Amino acid sequence: MIPVAFDYEVAESVDHAIELLGQYGDESKLLAGGHSLIPIMRLRLAAPAVLIDLGKLENLRYVRDGGDHLKIGAMTRHRDLAFNEMVAQHCGIVGYTAGLLGDPSVQHRGTIGGTLSHGDASGDMPSVITALEGSIVVQGPNGERVVKAADFFQDYLVTDLGEQEVVTEVRVPKLNGNTGWSYKKFSRRSQDWAMVGVAAVVERSNGSIGSARIALTAMGATPLRATSVEQALSGAPRDAVAEAAQSADEGTSPASDSAASAEFRRHLARVWTKRAVEEALSR
Amino acid sequence: MTQAPERYMGGGLPRKEDPNLVTGRANWTDNIKLPGMLHLAMLRSPFARAKITKLDVSGALERPGVVGAFTGAELADQWPGGVPCGAVVSDQQNSPFFSPIVTDEVRHVGDVLAVVVASDRYTAQDALESIVVDYEPLPPVVNMEAALAEGAPLVHEEFGTNECFKYTAGVEGIDDLFDAPDDTQLEGGGVRGPNVGGQGDTGEAMRRADVVIKERYIQQRVLPTAIEPRAVVASPEPGHQGIVMYSSTQVPHLLKIVLSLSTGIPENEIRVVAPDVGGGFGSKLNLYREEIIAVVLAKKLGTPVKYVEDRSENYQATIHGRGQIQDIELAANSDGKILGLRVKLLDDMGAYLQLLTPAIAVSGAALFPGVYNFENFAIEIKGVFTNLTPTDAYRGAGRPEACFAIERAMDSLARELNMDPAEVRRRNFFEPFDEPTANPAGLQYDSFNLQAVLDRAIELADYESLRAEQQRRRESGDPVQLGIGFSTYTEICGLGPSQALAGLGLGGGGWEAANVRMLVTGKVEVATGTSPHGQGHETSWSQIAADVLGVTPDDVDVIHGDTDAVPFGRDTYGSRSLAVGGIAVYHAANKVVEKGKKIAAHMLEASEEDIEFEGGRFSVAGSPDQNVTIQDVAGAAYLAADLPEGMEPVLNESMIYDPPNFTFPFGAHICVSEVDTETGKVKLRDYIAVDDCGPVINPTIVDGQLHGGLAQGIAQALYEGVIYDEEGNLVTASMVDYMIPGAPELPNFTLDRTVTPSPSNPLGVKGVGEAGTIGAPPAVINSIVDALSPLGIKHIDMPASPMRVWKAIQNAQGKQSGDRQIDASLEASGADIKQGR
Ligand SMILES: Cc1cc2nc3c(=O)[nH]c(=O)nc-3n(C[C@H](O)[C@H](O)[C@H](O)COP(=O)(O)OP(=O)(O)OC[C@H]3O[C@@H](n4cnc5c(N)ncnc54)[C@H](O)[C@@H]3O)c2cc1C
Repeated sequence: MIPVAFDYEVAESVDHAIELLGQYGDESKLLAGGHSLIPIMRLRLAAPAVLIDLGKLENLRYVRDGGDHLKIGAMTRHRDLAFNEMVAQHCGIVGYTAGLLGDPSVQHRGTIGGTLSHGDASGDMPSVITALEGSIVVQGPNGERVVKAADFFQDYLVTDLGEQEVVTEVRVPKLNGNTGWSYKKFSRRSQDWAMVGVAAVVERSNGSIGSARIALTAMGATPLRATSVEQALSGAPRDAVAEAAQSADEGTSPASDSAASAEFRRHLARVWTKRAVEEALSR
Repeated sequence: MTQAPERYMGGGLPRKEDPNLVTGRANWTDNIKLPGMLHLAMLRSPFARAKITKLDVSGALERPGVVGAFTGAELADQWPGGVPCGAVVSDQQNSPFFSPIVTDEVRHVGDVLAVVVASDRYTAQDALESIVVDYEPLPPVVNMEAALAEGAPLVHEEFGTNECFKYTAGVEGIDDLFDAPDDTQLEGGGVRGPNVGGQGDTGEAMRRADVVIKERYIQQRVLPTAIEPRAVVASPEPGHQGIVMYSSTQVPHLLKIVLSLSTGIPENEIRVVAPDVGGGFGSKLNLYREEIIAVVLAKKLGTPVKYVEDRSENYQATIHGRGQIQDIELAANSDGKILGLRVKLLDDMGAYLQLLTPAIAVSGAALFPGVYNFENFAIEIKGVFTNLTPTDAYRGAGRPEACFAIERAMDSLARELNMDPAEVRRRNFFEPFDEPTANPAGLQYDSFNLQAVLDRAIELADYESLRAEQQRRRESGDPVQLGIGFSTYTEICGLGPSQALAGLGLGGGGWEAANVRMLVTGKVEVATGTSPHGQGHETSWSQIAADVLGVTPDDVDVIHGDTDAVPFGRDTYGSRSLAVGGIAVYHAANKVVEKGKKIAAHMLEASEEDIEFEGGRFSVAGSPDQNVTIQDVAGAAYLAADLPEGMEPVLNESMIYDPPNFTFPFGAHICVSEVDTETGKVKLRDYIAVDDCGPVINPTIVDGQLHGGLAQGIAQALYEGVIYDEEGNLVTASMVDYMIPGAPELPNFTLDRTVTPSPSNPLGVKGVGEAGTIGAPPAVINSIVDALSPLGIKHIDMPASPMRVWKAIQNAQGKQSGDRQIDASLEASGADIKQGR
């Protein structure tokens, strides 16, 4: 629990952060809320020589109306999102999920940019953004690019981020009145990471289901869409949910660890998908 | 001077300790900074068992800031006694020499093989990486049954066995119904104490019985996670010829003795100070190798040395709790009356014996009969070495294990006989009594009224409507089923009568010391040999002294935790402090009043027999106007200008109190759980605890003890459990993986009390520190099994994690589960053995 010695730099702007990343190369790491990075440094699983602190970049801490979507600055803290009215009104699943991450102290420090950049498949926000089909704005030495969530998460702890790139913004669609959502997180303790999580964004259409977008947490190396459930639910009646949810674990490859076996995770994914879709339909 | 007619005992006085603690003004060991202080780091083994074929610390010495790097061989002559074990439970006990730094072989992950001393903790930690070690890994033994099997690798080769000891009581015929392996090796380990015995003929009882419940329960290992990890500063301070050791400990007085035994430093040259201590739960009832190393190096280098463990080390190297495999047979008639009980235990020692390791299971042995009155009882305990972290006392230490076994078996009996679990208990309860009454193991219970606590708990739970709701949910096939679980417990508190402790293999010394003195200004100092680390003795002892002396608790200062300030003491563990230490304070304060009477009589020119004392005022019987306050008397006693002929100056009285018996609190707990049969998740809806710990000195503190104890008991039942993989690596190595529940996981507790005074001490007090960890685990598991019993489920191991509950449901429904492997190895071990990631 005692990290290796490191140097510390403060980024004064996004451009400065990019410059510092260029200067120190892969010896360095960006530091946002520190609530993923510092624990692994304390366990000596990571030993960056230089930390580049984004903590001063208050201009990356915002929620703005982008017309049909919301723009969320990368340094927005989980707690900001949990209590943001625009988020509650237009994309409640983001605020609700932010309020489930760890405990209040984690929420006050941790950032949305950090949790997405870290790319932990047990993270809750990656699957929520995936189910929302949101996108991530990335800035590097050659300017800005916008990456779809589906393309951003590439492998366990691996994202599309280049070495000298910084996440600056996250974009999520505004959900209309016909669209319900649910994030169901299964964990043993309220502050725990998800053993399994299910994000469901479901569009209602004339008393049946129009379309459903479902993403699973901790069921593989990245957030995974439950595509066969989505297909089965497309245009289906409401009572099709239980049956459709039975294929929620298709195409997944969950790990076995001290919290749950792969088999149990598959089972939970099915039960939780059923409950998440039902909750989304009623919301 | 304030006059205090009130009675403070029984009132919920806010804790005197809290303002400092909640405003960050506490003085933790890690806050201690001494001039020239150096910092220690430990090189710990990554292997559970390996020979050290090469060890070279010279690389560490080259790093800037490093002052020294040491191996065990270099320091071996500094600790002739090793890390001492103070418990001998059998004449043939195998007690290995436990070297603070190993020299040839590592025996568990976290074992220490070298240390670095440096200018700061970071430098010391980094320098460990420059030490060169070659290991020859050897196959470890990581579960007890495998350890006892023929040809098992040996944790300590010199013994030729992994059996540490065998302890038996009342064993006639125990083997003919148990499929015990034939073992003549350690025959007749010998019952040592007058207070633990088996009796009767359990074999005959088993044959005569209408029903015999035969079950195996596993007490998983648990981590005593104190919020403040272990910390020590050893200082060769000027003015002391020897050493001052500041330690985050529950037992400064024991440390002084044991440190002397370990190092050969004369006891009188050692001073131990326990500054503010952030919890212990039994884990700080030990002299640890790191403390010995710090002391030895402080002496050798002539400068203070600090060591503070981090949380990873806390989980690898601080003692673990529990770790038992319990085979139990309970014989009863069809009317529910118990005929006999026998128990076979395997108790996991881990790789070494710490201070009390072998005594833990033995000290709970006599409690297996629980609160039930029957005749035939036998028990056999085997201590087993494994290549895992040593075990020792954890909140309850031996009693939660015993309580769990009997209380689970009582529920199985009720189910077998189709009886209400409350009724089966009632039929076997002792009738109320208030004179010592022997239990089936010969333990002298002090006073019981079990019927009252159970009735009250049932009333508070609204038992009948719970059963009705349960029925409704069963009939409607609700995925969430309701379960109601009982436990009626007793436990041993007030450790203890010195003679009885000797009988338990602990040598004796169960007394406690107190000194009560009144200063010239009328203020009071109470020096106590107990060593609080969260229990609030400063508050409770002030209440006792204030009531006896007729002053206010604010007038009283309680001094503790320093062997120079309080020369004699036996410290704090085993819910002993109030029933032994608090009583010592009470007696010493009464002695002050007695002496005060003599002085008052002299001052008032009356005869001593005519002096009455009330509310801090001595007066002459019949003429209340003639009076003096206790403060006046204290002043007169101090100045000594006019005292009765031959009287010693100063009101300054001491008491060393050896209790005549243990005390036995008891209670009835009811857990109401909702079990989600689709996910296996258990939610506790309600928890009702009606406890009887005798008269209560401070209800706020007692409630706090119960809340914390229940939380830890529920934790063992539902959340916590040490997991090792087959190589002996600790999988639950951090607070992410080791599931300590927080407030959101716990129900609101419904607490109530009855009051049945103990006949053993003048205040009638019993003790309450461990009631929660003892009562809760069986109540929780009983509630889950109750919820799932229509499926034919009879038992679920602790912790009843969602996966485990789900698997039990799957198995009951005849669905195969892919995780049988895990369960199979689990069966054989008190630790949960799993494949790593
Ligand atoms: C006790 C505890 C419980 C937790 N529980 C949960 C939980 O239940 N669910 C959950 O999802 N998470 C949980 N977390 C993680 C928490 O949400 C983290 O805050 C989050 O995952 C990382 O965000 P951060 O701002 O702290 O990032 P940091 O730790 O600072 O950084 C994480 C990684 O992202 C990189 N990075 C950070 N910001 C940027 C950026 N703008 N651009 C590019 N790279 C960047 C860093 O270099 C680093 O590699 C928990 C954490 C703790 C300590």
